[in-house]
Amino acid sequence: MKKTYKIEVDCAACAAKMEEAANKTAGVKEATVAFMPQKMKVEFEEGADAAAVMAEVLRNCKKVESDCEIFL
Amino acid sequence: MTKKQKKVLIRIIVSAVLVGLLCLVPVENQYVRLALFLIPYLVIGYDILKKAVLGIVNGQVFDENFLMAIATVGAIILGEYVEGTAVMLFYQIGELFQSYAVGKSRRNISALMDIRPDYANIEQDGQLEQVDPDDVEIGTVIVVQPGEKVPIDGVVVDGSSTLNTSALTGESLPREVQPGDEVISGCVNLSGLLRIETTKEFGESTVSKILDLVENSSMKKSKSENFITRFAKYYTPAVCIGALALALLPPVVNLVLGNPPAWSQWVIRALTTLVISCPCALVISIPLSFFGGIGGASAKGVLVKGSNYLEALAETTYVVCDKTGTLTKGVFAVTHLEAADEMAENVLLEMAAHAECYSGHPISRSLKEAYEQRTGKQVDASRVTDVEEISGHGVSAVIDGTKVCAGNARLMKLLNIPYAAPQKTGTEVHVAISGSYAGYILISDIVKPNAKTAIAALKEAGVRQVVMLTGDARNVAESVAAELDVDVVKSELLPADKVSEVERLLAEKGGKERLAFVGDGINDAPVLSRADIGIAMGALGSDAAIEAADIVLMDDDPAKIATAIRIARKTLSIVHQNIVFALAVKFACLGLGAFGFVNMWWAIFADVGVMIIAVLNAMRTLRS
Repeated sequence: MKKTYKIEVDCAACAAKMEEAANKTAGVKEATVAFMPQKMKVEFEEGADAAAVMAEVLRNCKKVESDCEIFL
Repeated sequence: MTKKQKKVLIRIIVSAVLVGLLCLVPVENQYVRLALFLIPYLVIGYDILKKAVLGIVNGQVFDENFLMAIATVGAIILGEYVEGTAVMLFYQIGELFQSYAVGKSRRNISALMDIRPDYANIEQDGQLEQVDPDDVEIGTVIVVQPGEKVPIDGVVVDGSSTLNTSALTGESLPREVQPGDEVISGCVNLSGLLRIETTKEFGESTVSKILDLVENSSMKKSKSENFITRFAKYYTPAVCIGALALALLPPVVNLVLGNPPAWSQWVIRALTTLVISCPCALVISIPLSFFGGIGGASAKGVLVKGSNYLEALAETTYVVCDKTGTLTKGVFAVTHLEAADEMAENVLLEMAAHAECYSGHPISRSLKEAYEQRTGKQVDASRVTDVEEISGHGVSAVIDGTKVCAGNARLMKLLNIPYAAPQKTGTEVHVAISGSYAGYILISDIVKPNAKTAIAALKEAGVRQVVMLTGDARNVAESVAAELDVDVVKSELLPADKVSEVERLLAEKGGKERLAFVGDGINDAPVLSRADIGIAMGALGSDAAIEAADIVLMDDDPAKIATAIRIARKTLSIVHQNIVFALAVKFACLGLGAFGFVNMWWAIFADVGVMIIAVLNAMRTLRS
């Protein structure tokens, strides 16, 4: 399952950090963050609960970039 | 400006004014001076300091915030109050500029791609009601008033009008539509009221597909972007360790050698290198360039599905084209009339068109069309009697009492009538009137009017070889190839042969060269996906082609291929300029800074100045 989320992040390097953090989150098969359109595309593992995974993704992203937001 | 940006701007102004005042007011006492300078410093830098601390807490030690915090705090501890505050001030100015530039190019792109319809009109009890296009079911009749966008793909059931398709195709000539015509969403209705029966849901309509494609194009990252992201990951920690070494090693060596250690001198040099090394310029300018390039291309009717494809397109040296529908119009038309002696061309055409008027074959239709276009008269079927089809040969009929035979060369042989052999290629229709030869008409697929200039433009854009593949007969293919100046032509190919032909070329070309295949999306999906870059042309409405291709040309103009390559080359050259420029300035300043030739002010230029120049350069892609 793939989903796209709107995000808010101020710098391109921070977007790259968010991408790395999201990819390290359990339940995420592949995550891509695009800085220019401010979007995050997440492909979930089979059977993962998207809402729970995304809450964790947001927590992990906040850790690497305190000033970011994902609109879930 | 957004609220966030305005807030930063106010902080910048307040802090700059305070620093200016403090420079004018002489304060003798060291501690009072420090306390006073801390005011503008904290006004401008509190968020950076906070982020740096949070970063350390969360294990993200080496980032720009950390670089800036260490550099400025260090400078202040060493008594360089003005420099410390100025570094933070300029860093924020740079960040604000960057955020403004990014926002501006985002808005530019969305203005260019302003095709999203907000509502659809449905007629209820004689009243127009605006509804969400998402809620409109297939088969609903929607009303599009002049000035409105067509929200959903469909077929005109009532009304006629002209449509502006420029937002979709980049084509400025309006298109006329009448009942029965298909219309695609995203066009703007210019003149008359249209009632359209929808044939797709909003989510499946052209406009949704295009927006989805453009918005997701940044997800497919280019090699340059990935390189910089990886580079920044190792670069910043490396610089921090280097700076630490620069601060510690020389003084320690001095101590060992018995010289004065000169701590503050080396620490300042180390701090200077930290400021210089901030990687912002690189990290921001590259996605910005690709975004601008892709956006600029979409404004011209070229949809690029990812930054990686734009990058590959810039390296394209082989362009392989399908013939029918790509370089030619894919429709039959009369291309040549050769009347025998004492026979008017129009009469020849009139006879042929009437003789064939009962047939629905594409050849007959093209004769009819040519007749009506040339003479302005309609084919009058009542003039025609005794129509007889001679299978595999042609037709004979009596027109106004005269016997007319029209067909191929075999028909003339059958009738024992001597005929002329055409010099040009195409499907021949020979005509005999009352048993004597009247001339022939050539019908062929017409070459698109700008196909020749399109191929010349490709070569000018740096394409080494243009190859044409076709399933057509050899003589037809070769005459088209000669007319268009195509380098290599392969004819009489089956769809599978096209794949193997492309594979052969792929194996033949150099490692850094890329091969693009251009097709009209009909029957060539396998080749589109096999080539390095698949370009589908005139593919609006063909879902399979949009799916299989990497680049979609929204109209069927072959000149757009060269346009796309030029935009790609320009984008890539801007990307390379930025990488080389930023790295060169930074490494030069780093080297000089380590030996003390560069002071803090130069370091600020190497950071903020370079970033501003790189961003301005990146924004040029928008104007391609």
